Amino acid sequence: MDWQAIWLSVRLSVCTTAILLIVGVPLAAWVAFSHRRWKFLVEAVVALPLVLPPTVLGFYILLAIGPRSPLGALYGKLTGGMLPFSFQGLLLASVLYSLPFTVQPVAASFAAVDRGLIEASWCLGVSRLATFRRVVVPLARRGIAAGAILSFAHTMGEFGVVLMVGGNIAGVTRTVSISIYDQVQALDYAAATETSLFLLGLSFIVLALTYSFQRRGWTVWPMS
Amino acid sequence: MADELSCACHARLPSGFELDAEFRLPLDRAPITVLFGPSGAGKTTLLRMLAGLDDPEKGAIAFRDRTWFDSASGVSLAPQERRAGYVAQDFALFPHLDVFHNIFYAARTAKRRELIKAFGLEELACRYPRELSSGQRQRVALARALAAEPVILLLDEPLSALDAAARARTRQQLRNRLLASGVSCILVTHDRMEAAALGDWIAVIAGGRVRQCGPVQDVFQHPADADVAESLAVENVLPAQIVGRHAGLVDLRTGSALLQAVDSSEAGVVVVCIRAEDVAIARDSPQTSSVRNRLAGCVNSVTVEGPLARIELDCGFPLVAMITAQSAQELTLKPGDQVCAIVKTTAVHVAARSGGVSD
Repeated sequence: MDWQAIWLSVRLSVCTTAILLIVGVPLAAWVAFSHRRWKFLVEAVVALPLVLPPTVLGFYILLAIGPRSPLGALYGKLTGGMLPFSFQGLLLASVLYSLPFTVQPVAASFAAVDRGLIEASWCLGVSRLATFRRVVVPLARRGIAAGAILSFAHTMGEFGVVLMVGGNIAGVTRTVSISIYDQVQALDYAAATETSLFLLGLSFIVLALTYSFQRRGWTVWPMS
Repeated sequence: MADELSCACHARLPSGFELDAEFRLPLDRAPITVLFGPSGAGKTTLLRMLAGLDDPEKGAIAFRDRTWFDSASGVSLAPQERRAGYVAQDFALFPHLDVFHNIFYAARTAKRRELIKAFGLEELACRYPRELSSGQRQRVALARALAAEPVILLLDEPLSALDAAARARTRQQLRNRLLASGVSCILVTHDRMEAAALGDWIAVIAGGRVRQCGPVQDVFQHPADADVAESLAVENVLPAQIVGRHAGLVDLRTGSALLQAVDSSEAGVVVVCIRAEDVAIARDSPQTSSVRNRLAGCVNSVTVEGPLARIELDCGFPLVAMITAQSAQELTLKPGDQVCAIVKTTAVHVAARSGGVSD
């Protein structure tokens, strides 16, 4: 088995999940509690990776982080490196690609918190931020756990975006799914079977965990 | 400004009705004010507006010398700034915290042990809300609100989650706890007996307006208009003195008459509430009846109101009876007749009245 690729995928998934929890939880809170009229636009943008072909997303990300783009130029000036075909570029792409897998379950679990509990906390003199931390987050922990697990699993298995943005550099951007693709191309079916079984088993375990966290059933698809 | 809460608000209710709430509560004279009205009258909305959870469309709310809301100057204090202890009908206990952590979630008080003890929650401190009965939840919610040291308590139907038997038992306990807390309280109810038993002052809401606001006994005895009288519909609110108790019953002296009621552990001066429809009338005193309160009296007046007749009696104290017009005709009741008024023991509601009621 290509342990180097598996280790890379694990590193990528852990980093992606960590960043998504930091970025996605506040975004989910905004989606769940905001009354802005243009909220639906943000929701649609967040959900785009669910329906967009990974190649399209990857193509745009590649353009956006290329050395001639403002973002790529800034990154080059700061670090001297380049985002495309690097781990950092891959990480950025993974975060965008997995965003809905964090935001949607987390936002749904925030919205499901009884408003009366939030109001009770306010009336006891506790600020909105502290109420969010002490009432909303603990009561939405299943949804947050589900969002983290799904994002991790989704990043473990991603292919199209990785190929577009990261290419296929061993130890830098060659993830598990690309390794399997290589093995099949090289007609090494035994290795491909081994790695595929590994991913299949991992995905099943992750989903079983997710559903055991979630008493009320929900799907990974966009919800209201 | 005086120690009062003043409110003059216009709001549109979720049901589409409009509410014009205008009243002043003298908090020093009325520790407990009951906001009374039928279901859907806007009582909860009014309470939420006072707590800062909903904004009125226009108007002003002032508490003591502080403006809480004023649409003219654009002032609207957040619930956190008002510090009104709002207790919702479902108590809104935090399900992920045990009783102890619920109560001291936002506690400012140093008297933690005393508070837990005063509410009889020592043994429940480690339980979670889902493991509590409705009565226990109510106590936890009240203790939690008081622990945050609110400037006023706002209770939305605090007894509605309890079954009927527990409600009557808990009423007096609740009143005593509220008085002991020293915090003024506004309490919403649609139960007239509860209003009479719990409140010092009452604000009656009917038809989208606060129709009358004043001491409970004044309002019950002198309703401002027919709507108020109809919604209260407790014609007999009488001062009484407890003179004895035995076998779970209390003997009460009202005027020159004696009444018997189920003992609910009040003492001293109390108020007796009897609905007019709970008073029956007989020509002769029935010797073979389960009813214990048989009062000889004299008919003062007979007024036929549609299918019903309102009989005003003098039984050593004024008593109003509501019987069917047909019965009144069959008994040929007329002023001056000597009759016997019959009231079941369970229809005599006793409420403690420990000072601060009326002047």
